[in-house]
Amino acid sequence: MLRRILINILAPFLAVLLAFSVGAIVIYILGENPFYVYKILLVNSVTKVDGWGYVLFNATPLIFSGLAVALAFKGGLFNIGVEGQIYIGAFACAWFGITFDVHPLIGIPLGLIFAMIFGGLWGVIAGYLKARFGAHEVINTIMLNFIAIALTNYLVNNPFKEPGQINPIPQTKELFSGSIIPRVYPLFNRIGINISPSVPLNYTFFIAILFCIVVWYFMEKTRWGYEIKAVGLNPRASRYGGINPNHIIILTMFLSGALGGLAGINDIMGYRHRFLDGFSRGTGFTGIAVALLGKNNPIGIVFASILFGILDRGALAMDVFTNTPRELIRVIQAIIIIFVAIGNEFIFRLLQRLERESE
Amino acid sequence: MIGGILSLELLVSALRMSVPLTFASLGGVFSERGGVVNIALEGIMLVGAFGAVVGTYFTNNPWIGLLTAMSFGFLIALIHAVVSITFRINQIISGTALNIMSAGLTTFLSRLIFKAAGSSPHIEGMVQWRFPGTNWQISPLIVIMFTVIIVSQIVIFRTRYGLRLRACGENPYAADSLGVNVIRMRYSGVLISGVLGGLGGAFLSLEHARVFVEGMTTGRGFIALAGMIFGRWTPLGSFSACFLFGLAEALRMRLEGFGIPTQFIQMIPYIVTMCVLIGVVGRAVAPAYDGIPFEK
Amino acid sequence: MAEYILETRGITKHFPGVLANDSVDIKIREGEIHSIIGENGAGKTTLMNIIYGIIRPDRGEIFYRGKKVEISNPSVAIKLGIGMVHQHFMLVPPFTVWENIILGREVTKRGVLDKDTVCSELRKLMEDYGLSVPLEEKVEELSVGICQKVELIKLLYRGAELLILDEPTALLVPQEIEELFEILDNLKRQGKTIIFISHKLKEVLRISDRITVMRRGKVVGELDGKEADEETLARLMIGKTLESQKLEMYERGEEILRLEGIRLSPRLKNINLTLYKGEILGLAGIEGNGQRELLEIITGLLIPESGKIFYKNREIKHLDPRTLREIGIGFIPEDRQRTGLILDFTVAENIILGRHYKEPYTVRGRLNLPVIKKTATDIVKEYDIRTSTVDKYVRFLSGGNQQKVILGRELYSEPELLIASQPTRGLDIGATEMIHNLLLSARKKGMSILLYSSDLDEIMTLSDRIAVIYNGEIVGILSPKEIDETTLGLYMTGARKD
Repeated sequence: MLRRILINILAPFLAVLLAFSVGAIVIYILGENPFYVYKILLVNSVTKVDGWGYVLFNATPLIFSGLAVALAFKGGLFNIGVEGQIYIGAFACAWFGITFDVHPLIGIPLGLIFAMIFGGLWGVIAGYLKARFGAHEVINTIMLNFIAIALTNYLVNNPFKEPGQINPIPQTKELFSGSIIPRVYPLFNRIGINISPSVPLNYTFFIAILFCIVVWYFMEKTRWGYEIKAVGLNPRASRYGGINPNHIIILTMFLSGALGGLAGINDIMGYRHRFLDGFSRGTGFTGIAVALLGKNNPIGIVFASILFGILDRGALAMDVFTNTPRELIRVIQAIIIIFVAIGNEFIFRLLQRLERESE
Repeated sequence: MIGGILSLELLVSALRMSVPLTFASLGGVFSERGGVVNIALEGIMLVGAFGAVVGTYFTNNPWIGLLTAMSFGFLIALIHAVVSITFRINQIISGTALNIMSAGLTTFLSRLIFKAAGSSPHIEGMVQWRFPGTNWQISPLIVIMFTVIIVSQIVIFRTRYGLRLRACGENPYAADSLGVNVIRMRYSGVLISGVLGGLGGAFLSLEHARVFVEGMTTGRGFIALAGMIFGRWTPLGSFSACFLFGLAEALRMRLEGFGIPTQFIQMIPYIVTMCVLIGVVGRAVAPAYDGIPFEK
Repeated sequence: MAEYILETRGITKHFPGVLANDSVDIKIREGEIHSIIGENGAGKTTLMNIIYGIIRPDRGEIFYRGKKVEISNPSVAIKLGIGMVHQHFMLVPPFTVWENIILGREVTKRGVLDKDTVCSELRKLMEDYGLSVPLEEKVEELSVGICQKVELIKLLYRGAELLILDEPTALLVPQEIEELFEILDNLKRQGKTIIFISHKLKEVLRISDRITVMRRGKVVGELDGKEADEETLARLMIGKTLESQKLEMYERGEEILRLEGIRLSPRLKNINLTLYKGEILGLAGIEGNGQRELLEIITGLLIPESGKIFYKNREIKHLDPRTLREIGIGFIPEDRQRTGLILDFTVAENIILGRHYKEPYTVRGRLNLPVIKKTATDIVKEYDIRTSTVDKYVRFLSGGNQQKVILGRELYSEPELLIASQPTRGLDIGATEMIHNLLLSARKKGMSILLYSSDLDEIMTLSDRIAVIYNGEIVGILSPKEIDETTLGLYMTGARKD
């Protein structure tokens, strides 16, 4: 049992190490010193309190995105459409926030609910098409990404554009104060953590952690989690077990889409306080890496999100202080995905062999 | 107005739009007939587009650009092949990872080489071939495309190679029991898809836009897969489907003057793809072992 | 000229957790029909796969016509003249017969497959050996018997001298088995050598010149075909004598299930069937005659186009599996790993599947894990399921134990009607006996059982009555005491009908 946990942690760790090694080779070929580049990449993020603030801020949307992908995966579905669900959920939330001026105790929960419902509905489109027509959810969710981006782009450019805006990138009006999630620095400073006011880390991070617990409980301890996992592993046997796989597929995509919809909250309600066109930079796809690296497990997802949060933070510094373009990070991310997947496969076979021999 | 819309010009435009899709779709056919799902076509097209620009920029010869495009596509496909055939990793995960990697890699290299992330410098396109005795021109790539379509159709359904490839997709165990090297056949299918996908991307940057722009494939790789499904995994069928998509694309561009917001027009190809996938249900069946790793 | 066409010495092969072949020595004489028998798991198929080059042995040598050979892959075996017809056909369903035959050994003209040359060659071959198959039809449309002939032609086309047939009669009906034996005799007369793998003693005794018996990876006996008898073979095979099952008399109770005019294109034309309380009704039929659809209709997975189904006088044809289970119908599906179990769920999770949403297993949406664990532990004990813990993934259990999980799960809710489809397929004799006993004791307690099996022995032994399905209709209700297997076969092939 302990052996199983160790192996499960070791594999992702090694994968990350390997991916960084490959990156180091690339950096070296480019004529830079890998250690210098990696130091720039990592140091600022992890040595200062402010650095950690930025890291956790970056990690927040990834946690939601990773949960979304992981939940769908457990249900046997590939949700590559989190990016689209982020935009739709975020816009719905923003719409609520710029339309209704209410007290934060009402505004914040309702904002979350709007994001979840609309993100969930966007996910259900692909879910329904799969359940009813057997249509490939991979291609459909990807198509829906493009449609969502175009749709929100239209909405933010036309009906909802901020009047008299100066920013060249279109955005909506600012949210009413009742829909704003405050930053953590006031409270943190009060309790002795000296984080500066410019750090955008806000309470959404804690909402994300809360959702980790909720999702874990849902999947492991409830009947619905059982049914989702059953359908994900064997839809045919599930049918005989009295489960309706079509209903479960739709439910799974709704929940996954809802979690995806929440990934935009960090930006909309906690940072920019408005919807900015194109604000999500691939969070939906990074979520896939996070889910894989975290082995579809909430704790793993949090750690993986933090790792990627560190990388995102460091990428800026990398751009400024070195000659290595920051897109290297994305390449490293992709390599991580591949190595983790390979590692997972080997672990699975190794465990199978061990179990079988102990028969 | 209708007369203005349906015209030879439109059909030609549709044909041009369909070229990148068709190449990628043909690539998908080879890969999936062998039994390997290749979602990475999007990324392969992107590196192909990039490769074409790089090759042309440095040698001023678009044909070298084509070769570069094909090699870049080949390399990405090689990774996909190793990961999903030899290591038997889930093919969707491998494909998605490669798409992410291709996006990062092309922007990364673009910044390094051209010192600009967004787009590369403009390049010369290919010299168009003339129809003898007329004023009509046609891009060499279109000629190549038609050749590839016909050759593919014959190869897949009438040759020894095609028979073995299809066997690997329908029942690799049967093929294996008769001495066919399933692993090698599947590799070949994926690598061919890399070369063809790279060609598709090359057309985008070489003929269509004359420049490389980050993310310029905008989902064409996936649309090409839908075309392959709609075309029942045959070269001729894939071309027909991709031509239809090209027609939708060409119509879209004509609609842009008519007062509909551009974003909704942009959505058309993606909505069409989704509808196509719905319509295809029950009538198009993938090779039986498509997507299933082969293990002795 | 070597004495033996094929000889193996000391073949040993390990798989994780099991020693499949333990220093196996066999000797096959040229021109004989040599059977290798043993029950499931004895190592016969592993040995054949080694000889055919699909897997490599850990140790040991193979001699072909007196010369030592390394058979590293099937191509080498084929070149030597060894051919194998596998238990599960190695055919490509959407390909035509001739495409299937030439795969791997294609003939081309100017780069393209040369269909005409191939087909004329094949026609000559078919004449020579007395086999006949439709060359241009797609394999997916052909019956099992014809597919088998295609497999044989595949071997002969490649010049096979030594033919290995792995459980060739598993899916055939008595008449087709007779036909196969004629073909094998013909091949023998033409000088071919045949290795016949089976666990069916009667057949083996009929056609074999010599018999090798394997048990648990070892060779435990080599006999002359004329001198052997069933009892000796059985004793060698399983280490003890066969016990014959005796069916107690039963009192026919009231009607519990009645099907009227059930129709579902294209397979089911008109099914009329009645099942009574306390009886085992056997369903016999060749695969593809509608039994799969019939069972899926009864268990709620399919809805018939027309007709009625009454369960205790209640129309049930529109009910889904969940409701059917709730009203007392249990189901043991044919494919335990694909349909009956979720392999990557634990034993406990599989045991509550189908009941998981009810109290006490779920209370207000929450799973009650302690109760689930207790129920699972009780069932594991009652059915003697070999597993160290109920939290083990069911994937790691043996076939017999997996089947017991399914049985335990279904019987635990004490259904009144149990639909059992191929309940002992792939199990060894010990596990089979256990399952039979469980079914019989359930019957004793008043449960009605609809038993579908392609093992005619099993049907004849366990059933009170036998219904034969052919071409989507019930063509006869027979009493096992009054008929024999040949008659049963006649009904199954539609040659006879009531």
